[in-house]
Amino acid sequence: MLEVSGLEKTYPTGDHALRGVSFTVEGRDAVFVIGPSGAGKSTLLRCVNRLVEPDRGVVRLDGLDVTALDTRALRAARRRMGMIFQEFNLVERLTVMENVLSGRLGYVGLWPAWRRRFPPDDVEAAYRTLARVGLEGFENKRADELSGGQRQRVGIARALVQRPQILLVDEPTSSLDPRTSETVMALITGLAAEDGIPALVNIHDVPLARAFARRIIGLAAGRIVFDGPPAMLDEPALEKIYGARLHEANA
Amino acid sequence: MARAWQRPSPWPHPWMGPAAWTLGLAFLAWNVVSLDVDPARVARGLGRLGTVLARAVPPDFSRTGLIASGVIESIEIATLSTVLGVLLGIPVAVLAARNVVALPVYAGGRGVVTLGRTLHELILAIIIVKAVGFGPLAGVLTLTVGAVASFAKLLAEQIETIDRGPIEAIRATGASRGAVLIYGVLPQVLPRIIGLSIYQWDVHLRHSTIIGIVGAGGIGATLYNAFARYDYDFALAILIIIVAIVLVGEGVSAAARAKVQ
Amino acid sequence: MGDTAVGARVWRRYSPAQTAARWSAELALAVVTALMLWHVGVRWEYLADAPAQVGDLLGRMLPPEWAFAGSLLHPLAQTINIATLGTAGAIVLSLPIAFFAALNTTPGRVAYALARVVIVVSRSVDTLIWALVFIIVVGPGSLAGTLAVAMRSIGFLAKLFAEGIEEIDRGQVEAVTATGASRLATLLYGIVPQVKPVFLGVSIYRWDINIRESTVLGLVGAGGIGFTLNDAILGLEWARVGLIILVVLAVVLLSEAVSALARRRVT
Repeated sequence: MLEVSGLEKTYPTGDHALRGVSFTVEGRDAVFVIGPSGAGKSTLLRCVNRLVEPDRGVVRLDGLDVTALDTRALRAARRRMGMIFQEFNLVERLTVMENVLSGRLGYVGLWPAWRRRFPPDDVEAAYRTLARVGLEGFENKRADELSGGQRQRVGIARALVQRPQILLVDEPTSSLDPRTSETVMALITGLAAEDGIPALVNIHDVPLARAFARRIIGLAAGRIVFDGPPAMLDEPALEKIYGARLHEANA
Repeated sequence: MARAWQRPSPWPHPWMGPAAWTLGLAFLAWNVVSLDVDPARVARGLGRLGTVLARAVPPDFSRTGLIASGVIESIEIATLSTVLGVLLGIPVAVLAARNVVALPVYAGGRGVVTLGRTLHELILAIIIVKAVGFGPLAGVLTLTVGAVASFAKLLAEQIETIDRGPIEAIRATGASRGAVLIYGVLPQVLPRIIGLSIYQWDVHLRHSTIIGIVGAGGIGATLYNAFARYDYDFALAILIIIVAIVLVGEGVSAAARAKVQ
Repeated sequence: MGDTAVGARVWRRYSPAQTAARWSAELALAVVTALMLWHVGVRWEYLADAPAQVGDLLGRMLPPEWAFAGSLLHPLAQTINIATLGTAGAIVLSLPIAFFAALNTTPGRVAYALARVVIVVSRSVDTLIWALVFIIVVGPGSLAGTLAVAMRSIGFLAKLFAEGIEEIDRGQVEAVTATGASRLATLLYGIVPQVKPVFLGVSIYRWDINIRESTVLGLVGAGGIGFTLNDAILGLEWARVGLIILVVLAVVLLSEAVSALARRRVT
């Protein structure tokens, strides 16, 4: 269970990204966060695993106060949260296998990591996860040889091989074409459900969110302005999130 | 049961990686072994390090006249050789640009450029000092030879990357060869010529600090003499001045190039 | 509008003020050049004599004294030793400096400033001047040369390495951090693969520059083939000088070719 309460963040540039965000993700729900660019979606996600340090507020993962942890304990907590990125963020010059295994880096010593000697269980898990995302046989390809959809599959495998308790997913389809977007989104939600873990998904594509979400959170200017099932996401709600412009664009 | 994985070797054959490492390490080991170090001399020198440092600090800036004339001479050598090098380098650059001249001419141009860049300035300086005598003139000529070659190389590379489009467009208007040169080639190349010239000046300022060692003028001669006379505090002062001029030169060069582009 | 002769508009690329500025800049450069020429004191009779002198010198250098080639093997090997060891030492020393001098990996302002100072001092002083300094400390010979080459190369390498580090993609590093990997593991998996090709290419390039630098170190007593060159010049053995220059040319060209080939392989 992920509990977020009173999260605030102002960047040194003066950009007030989060102005007190609170919500709870329970069970194995996939929660989709929508909102215009600049609404604070990306900051919110990064405050959960403290890639961005929040100014105020508390994040709890299964009761553990993530915001109070020191560096060492924070790293341990990050191992329990798998993250998937908009630009895939694969290490381009490494092989697919090395990218997937980097999800296990927190569990191996520096020397074995350098020699690429991961425990046999980790290697086996990496092979299986690659098969689950549909990339069997791709382990020795270099990441920069892959197509966008294939890269995001590697990104998903890297997150899953961590055996996380939650998936943090940041705009996973923004760099993909519409058809691939749908496949990748189905893969993420499907695998999360199989593993019985919740997911917090940032997305800008409202129809895609409607198609996959059971619950949607609308973020505008650093505040939650909508929280409910897709069925409740009507025109007035959209207008509250995006302002009048989206309304006109859809008309 | 659990599958194993090994990172694929970047080499065509797996034995090649270790072989390359072994060869490289053996080469380094040979380098160390054949360095001919005299440990006794090194020990004595390190023992004297304190004395040398004590004599060098504080640096002695009192001989301002000597320092100033050396610095001015260095700047003059750098500036004159840059102007000469650029003027002579432009035609050479054209001859060494593949997209402008025929292959045999290009080969000749490249040859001149390559040879001129291969010999170290100091070796050139020795020959030129023999020819025109000691003094800054030898320095100017030395750096000019180097400048012609390296400037021509850089400029030729720039000419090779110019955009053919505008040239075609101007040729299509029925313009003469000269007009094509003035309107199609020059506007593209001129800013680069200025940028490269400033960069050359900056490089020459650095070089002008060493050619004095063989008598070709500049602050290097003053420095060499200071070392030879064990005037370590004066030498340190000159070193600080050299670092300062090079820094200022780099700053001026960067600012000027930013303004041109 | 009716009177076309008067009303025809004039077009100029530059305004009169701009034209004046351009002309005065060019004029200033010409004046400065002329002043400097005058101040340097060109003795035209020497200059006029120069072609004859060079011709005379070439006449003495050619044909080169081929028989002397055998005695060049050792100094030549030494030259390569100096360049290679100096480069290798500089690579090791410049790695930490580069991480301090890159804005995105520096541990703090003090470390950044210190690293930048080291880079500036190392780069501003020529290898030959470093050689003069090290001769005082460790005496004449190839050790002084090696140290000088290393000292000059540290700044060059650290500066270009730091630029390579600053150009890395933050996202790839962020992703490895997000898996809960330690700082060093993140370095190994997120940063090293990205900077490796730049580091290799720059190192090889510096090695090839250092071969050229090492050919003259002997002129100030810091070992290598320059030492033999100096002896030959002092002894007025011009045919030997000719041979040495030819050998130096060949070695520098060869190392340049090797370097170009190796750099193409790593990037």
